Amino acid sequence: METNVTIKKLSNRFPGAIIETHSHRGDDTAVVKKESILEICTFLRDDEALLYNFMMDLTVVDYLGREPRFEVVYHLFSLRHNRRVRIKARVSEADAIIDSIVPVWVGANWFEREAFDMYGITFKGHPEMRRILLYEGFEGHPLRKDYPIKKRQPLIGPIN
Amino acid sequence: MGVTFGKESASRRIVPGGTVSDGPERLLDGSAILTRLQAAVNWGRKYSFFLYPFVTACCGMEFMSVAGPKYDLDRFGAALPRFSPRQADLLMVVGTISHKQAPILVKVYNQMTEPKWVFAFGVCAVSGGFYNNYSVVQGIDTLIPVDVYVPGCPPRPEMVLDGLLKLQEKVAKERWSDWPRGAAPVTPMLKKQE
Repeated sequence: METNVTIKKLSNRFPGAIIETHSHRGDDTAVVKKESILEICTFLRDDEALLYNFMMDLTVVDYLGREPRFEVVYHLFSLRHNRRVRIKARVSEADAIIDSIVPVWVGANWFEREAFDMYGITFKGHPEMRRILLYEGFEGHPLRKDYPIKKRQPLIGPIN
Repeated sequence: MGVTFGKESASRRIVPGGTVSDGPERLLDGSAILTRLQAAVNWGRKYSFFLYPFVTACCGMEFMSVAGPKYDLDRFGAALPRFSPRQADLLMVVGTISHKQAPILVKVYNQMTEPKWVFAFGVCAVSGGFYNNYSVVQGIDTLIPVDVYVPGCPPRPEMVLDGLLKLQEKVAKERWSDWPRGAAPVTPMLKKQE
């Protein structure tokens, strides 16, 4: 089975939006511009040769000290072709906003809310962009590498 | 029945402890047991815990084991889990309590009728365990009074039974003046954002 068919199709279709690619040991990965993420995801879902109909995971990595600081990572799986791809979009701290992919895969809804909760990335076009795990009134985003490790924000308590 | 009360009658031999009392019980000829009401009530309480399992994490599996037929909490009178705090008097906090969950735990505690006891089951409930992070309460005794701490990740069923026996010893020594304890002494810590 040809492993990097996804990368080839993506590079042909979006020559200006693909920043870099690799497919180490069959793991196809493409780093894309964040402005085109919605377009690319729609293409990956709908193209007959790809049909990535299952958004398995959406998460964020914080590369503190690097610019752009964050990487939003999408793991996609094609049930039809038994094929996976990893899409990354780099997002800077100053402009921590990216298009929501809920219009493409509804299942991304809670993943994006979790990413917002933990990393403070705003997903533009998300139907309900608010915290999912932490409570209202919590300040900051605890999985950011510069969140103080000893910082506590309890809701109630005599000593907490 | 034709029972005659005397030194060798049956009622003479069932005096608690098996020894023949020289006190007022002898004068009453073995037909009565004298004790303090407080001791009798405590004796009743310690063998009839109605527990409320506040199960939040993996310790729950261990709780099921200890409540099941092999280790059998029923042998010590703590048989029936009540899933309404108003019908329970032993709050078993089984598992990790997050800050988001803390108000729920306190509400359940305050809803229980007194006298009531709290059993911290597992190291997360005792001290937060290895979850020393932004989301986990560092021991439920920062929220509500705790009677018995049973650490372990998870604790062995034998440890839980031992903890229950320790709690029974504690209940047996209680006085009327220990109750009521009142509501949990917590206040809101996080100011509302505008």
